[in-house]
Amino acid sequence: MAFQVKVGSTRPLLSYKAKRAIAPYLYQAPTIALLAMLMLFPIIVVVRYSFMDNVIMNPDPTFVGLKNYASVVSNGTFRISLGNTLYFTVMSVIFHLLVGLSFAMLLNSKIVAPIMKSILRVFYIMPWVFTATIIAIIWRLLLNPSGVINYALSILKITGTNIEWFSSTSTALHAVTFVNIWAGYPFYMVSLLAGLQGIPNELYEAAIIDGANEVQKFRHITIPQLSPIIISIAMLDFIWTMQVFPLVWMTTGGGPIHATEMLGTFTYKLAFSTYKFSQASASAVIILVLSMSVAFFYVKHQKARD
Amino acid sequence: MAQRSRRGWIIPAVTYAGLAIGLIYASFPVLWMFFSSIKSNTEIFSLPPRLFPKEFTMKAYRAIFGNPAKVRFFLNSYLVASVVTLLTLFVAILSGYGFSRFSFKLKKPLNLFIISTQTVPPITLLIPYFGLVVAIKMYDTYFALIFTYMVFTLPYAILMMTGYFNTLPKELDEAVMVDGGSSFFALRRVLVPISIPGIVATGVYTFLLAWNEFLFALTLTKTTAMRTVPIGIQQLMGQHAYEWNEMMAMSMLGSLPILIMYLVAQRYFLAGMTAGSVKS
Repeated sequence: MAFQVKVGSTRPLLSYKAKRAIAPYLYQAPTIALLAMLMLFPIIVVVRYSFMDNVIMNPDPTFVGLKNYASVVSNGTFRISLGNTLYFTVMSVIFHLLVGLSFAMLLNSKIVAPIMKSILRVFYIMPWVFTATIIAIIWRLLLNPSGVINYALSILKITGTNIEWFSSTSTALHAVTFVNIWAGYPFYMVSLLAGLQGIPNELYEAAIIDGANEVQKFRHITIPQLSPIIISIAMLDFIWTMQVFPLVWMTTGGGPIHATEMLGTFTYKLAFSTYKFSQASASAVIILVLSMSVAFFYVKHQKARD
Repeated sequence: MAQRSRRGWIIPAVTYAGLAIGLIYASFPVLWMFFSSIKSNTEIFSLPPRLFPKEFTMKAYRAIFGNPAKVRFFLNSYLVASVVTLLTLFVAILSGYGFSRFSFKLKKPLNLFIISTQTVPPITLLIPYFGLVVAIKMYDTYFALIFTYMVFTLPYAILMMTGYFNTLPKELDEAVMVDGGSSFFALRRVLVPISIPGIVATGVYTFLLAWNEFLFALTLTKTTAMRTVPIGIQQLMGQHAYEWNEMMAMSMLGSLPILIMYLVAQRYFLAGMTAGSVKS
């Protein structure tokens, strides 16, 4: 130690105070560099692309103002995609919440043995570990015209036989939404279960003394206590579900005849099937703005919870 | 009380019925995938359908392992996900430590920026990534995937690591610095060794995100030799659409690392799942 002090004592390059001031930026330097390259720069590029013609394909594109936005917004398929995405997202968020909350409450029930609850929890979370491609392929098999679900439904006389869930225009959007509900509820279940376990028992005890029944306890204690969590996961889910791509791409590819076309698949096809990168950029910026407007409320809500 | 006990069977009955329905809803598709992967292709659509195979066969698995192109999908996925995990952990540990232990002018805006990056749609980044990757001649390489995957793994990993470091008392690293050690020395020698659970949780979740990625892998690679498992499955579906047993076997193998991590380290897994949204 003494030796070190001697060497360093001639004149430290930086004072302790200066080191303390610089250190945090050194720790953040790789993060700042990476996110600037991978997030800020691409967003600037895509916004710039959206105001130019023939980007990527043409070595020197020219500025065309809002032309790309005009052609995207006036595109009939874009409007269909917007409607489909809205339906898909709203239905997914609602049913994710309903299924997730029901399962969370079942798993929080006092009458079930803890060991049974932890075993069941392992299975209930299961859909969440699979990647969208695999979820898509499992459900393509289950919902195959000659698959097991059609068989069960026809035996029970609920529907006719051999329904083509994913390739009929009247059922495809509902089928894709149904699959997405299965794939996404565990996120709600886990978050809400943590929330339920955090509700102080005294609240329920007080309610019982006041003569409240189960429904009243649910309405006046459970829901208000969970609502901050519900609001934040529903907003995050809304943003993520709106951006859906792989699940739709792998089940229906946006078809039949745009019946399941989403903003994501619409934009992808513009760029990588028809090579209209400029229009695709405009469409991608529209998705960004839509996500950001929900994200604005999400961040505001998160800050309010601090 | 008398009235309560007379109707006392309703709640248990509803609870157990709900649990049973939930169990079937959640696990039937997964079981169907598994049992289809060990059936022959003709038995999958035999009527009446049965969950358990009449005749057990590993033919589908043998077909995958016997095909080097398909084995390559798995090697690619393991390689990309592992490298992404290591790089992400390295950067996230530094950043998380910085957020947890220092106050600096840009702390709040930077933190807000990291939280909001979670909501940026991948499709918006995809077009400039494609242009960029082609321009720097990195199209169809591991580099293209590893580099771009960090955009979605890093924000999560930083939030998780910051949260973990925040649970450790500041006195630990302050003691090192009083003795003349640098803050980096304190991080490396004191904090990292006791943060293994947090690092494992972050690593597991990062691996999952990288393993499951679809959109960037679909667009930034082209040749079969560079494809990852999710894209490999898509290709298999396009090429021999009716070999369902093989597609199910591929899906089983494609979920295996994640399933194992999930079953072995469930607690760590759940930490990642709720990292972005739930605050304690």
